[in-house]
Amino acid sequence: MSVLVGKDTRLCVQGITGKSGAFHTRNCMEYGTNVVAGITPARGGEMFDDKVPVFDTVHEAREQTGCNATMIFVPPEFAADAILEAADAGVELIVCITEGIPVMDMMRAKEMLRRSNSRLIGPNCPGIITPGACKIGIMPGYIHKPGHIGVVSRSGTLTYEAVWQLTSRGHGQSTCIGIGGDPIIGTTTLDAVQLFAADPDTHGIILIGEIGGTAEEEAAAWLKENCDKPVAGFIAGATAPPGRRMGHAGAIISGGQGTAGAKKDALRAAGIAVAETPSTIADTLLAVMK
Amino acid sequence: MNIHEYQAKELLERFGVDTPRGHMASTAAEAEKNARELGTNSLVVKAQIHAGGRGKGTFTSGFQGGVHLCKTAGQARDFAAKMLGQTLVTHQTGPEGRLVNQVLVAESVEIEKEFYFAVLMDRATGAPVIVASREGGMDIEHVAETSPEKIIREAVDPAFGLQPYQTRKLARELGFAPSQMRAACKLFASLYRCFSALDCSMVEINPLVLTTGGKVLALDAKFSFDDNALFRHPEIVALRDVAEEDPREVAASKHHLSYIGLDGNIGCMVNGAGLAMATMDIIKHHGGSPANFLDVGGGASEEQVTEAFKILLSDPKVKAILVNIFGGIMKCDVIAHGVLNAVKALKLNIPLVVRLEGTNVEEGRKLLADSNLPIASASDLDDAAVQIVALAPKE
Repeated sequence: MSVLVGKDTRLCVQGITGKSGAFHTRNCMEYGTNVVAGITPARGGEMFDDKVPVFDTVHEAREQTGCNATMIFVPPEFAADAILEAADAGVELIVCITEGIPVMDMMRAKEMLRRSNSRLIGPNCPGIITPGACKIGIMPGYIHKPGHIGVVSRSGTLTYEAVWQLTSRGHGQSTCIGIGGDPIIGTTTLDAVQLFAADPDTHGIILIGEIGGTAEEEAAAWLKENCDKPVAGFIAGATAPPGRRMGHAGAIISGGQGTAGAKKDALRAAGIAVAETPSTIADTLLAVMK
Repeated sequence: MNIHEYQAKELLERFGVDTPRGHMASTAAEAEKNARELGTNSLVVKAQIHAGGRGKGTFTSGFQGGVHLCKTAGQARDFAAKMLGQTLVTHQTGPEGRLVNQVLVAESVEIEKEFYFAVLMDRATGAPVIVASREGGMDIEHVAETSPEKIIREAVDPAFGLQPYQTRKLARELGFAPSQMRAACKLFASLYRCFSALDCSMVEINPLVLTTGGKVLALDAKFSFDDNALFRHPEIVALRDVAEEDPREVAASKHHLSYIGLDGNIGCMVNGAGLAMATMDIIKHHGGSPANFLDVGGGASEEQVTEAFKILLSDPKVKAILVNIFGGIMKCDVIAHGVLNAVKALKLNIPLVVRLEGTNVEEGRKLLADSNLPIASASDLDDAAVQIVALAPKE
């Protein structure tokens, strides 16, 4: 009825006693997420809001509460280590909200994750939500509605924009995954569309991308060969100045790929309906779902 | 963040990457002293600014060229005197040019052959990659376009780093003779260590040179650092030269706002990078032209909204402003207060369209409507873009 998270999710929160960790944990609990543990080193034995036991390590939390997902709010300098700790403890799903993690740290963390059984979402992402069942992240819960459209996006507020368009037109979502905008991320656009393609309760997919990289092109190529579900896409950044982030060599690596135009062409070539403006994302999908 | 050539040279030397001998000077007397200490009659004096095209640039004083070869310490002194304290205009600086506060006085080496060599983070693989070419000293993008077969790529394993066999492979592919391999391999390995230890997103050596004496040297280097990792490199942060940066971008970063100036006349204030780009796109779609990218982030305060308005208004090209906020964590009434305060405090006298959606949207819209200030409210993103494009003067 959804992908990755639902009513069976038992969440722990790494960095639960920090300011934003505490704030968003409360929001998730209010939404109905089953938060079973919190982690703050040297604070083990405390209770968070008289409801959630705090542990010193993820390993202890895993052993004593059986948590199967974690939400990370640890500051950027320690976040890659928090990801590795969760993976070593065997937590199946790791959602890292933290923004500003050094690329070298993520590069090593991603390499370690390849040798584990854990899946990472993020970092620098809004998180993942299965409306009406489980919210892991910082997205406003009320804009969502249970339903049958899967949403994957590299951008936070742009996802809210698309979700809100769907909800205001009466269409709910199976699961929405914010994969994050960093250069190195865990779950990719391709991974997410594969999950939606395999989920019988997802009847249509919205794919929101940005300029840079080749993630949308790879997802489009796979969808063309392997998925019959209707898909709509939007790519942000058609007017962004080129080459601001990386100098010459960066442009060489991306070659002709990575521009908004090239990405839209790749989506169209795969039979995906492309929204020309961000205000028509939901309508573009609904038009091809009829 | 960019750094000066002399600073790049010092970083490379610290990691054992050979560069031509030389030092920075900030006075003509210092330039003469540095030149004398080099003990050679083959010298070069180079103006230190972040922009490229220095050799072909012109000083506003009328003096030609920011890079000069000379033979004596006295000549080095004279060239330094003509560059220091002067403004150099190149094809990359724009007509306002850049003030030269330092020169590099170095040994001018005789070049046998030039190469291109870069280490950078490849986001497609999530790992570093080496990009190299025998076509050094040229515009590498042009080489990649016209003769892609001349570009060599070598992927680096993220867990193990650049291996010695890879440096040998690269040296041979670049055409170094067996007798030059040891020097080339040492430079490649040292450069990779530098890239990794300093959390770079790119180190580009262009050109890398083989001298007639058989030495392998990095003649000019360009560094890009991972901003996220600067917290653990105070020595790199200390190299920052804010005089070289767009003052609006400096002001924005001080208030944790992300700003990039563009050419249009519609100032934009948005929360979230993706939505900010999408807002620019929809303005363009309706025939307008955005003046900037400005992301106020996920939890902007009233004060940040005011600062954001100040930054937008400091651009004389801005003739209308669009605020687009999808409040999730951010509450729309808080944003509305911030907008109202800014409009009053800054006596805003250009058209303003505000589109609010999300948490407490009704309160936010009511605050704007009841304010009796000339603020147009938009019902959705499309409406916002149509309104602002109609209000902004045609370019």
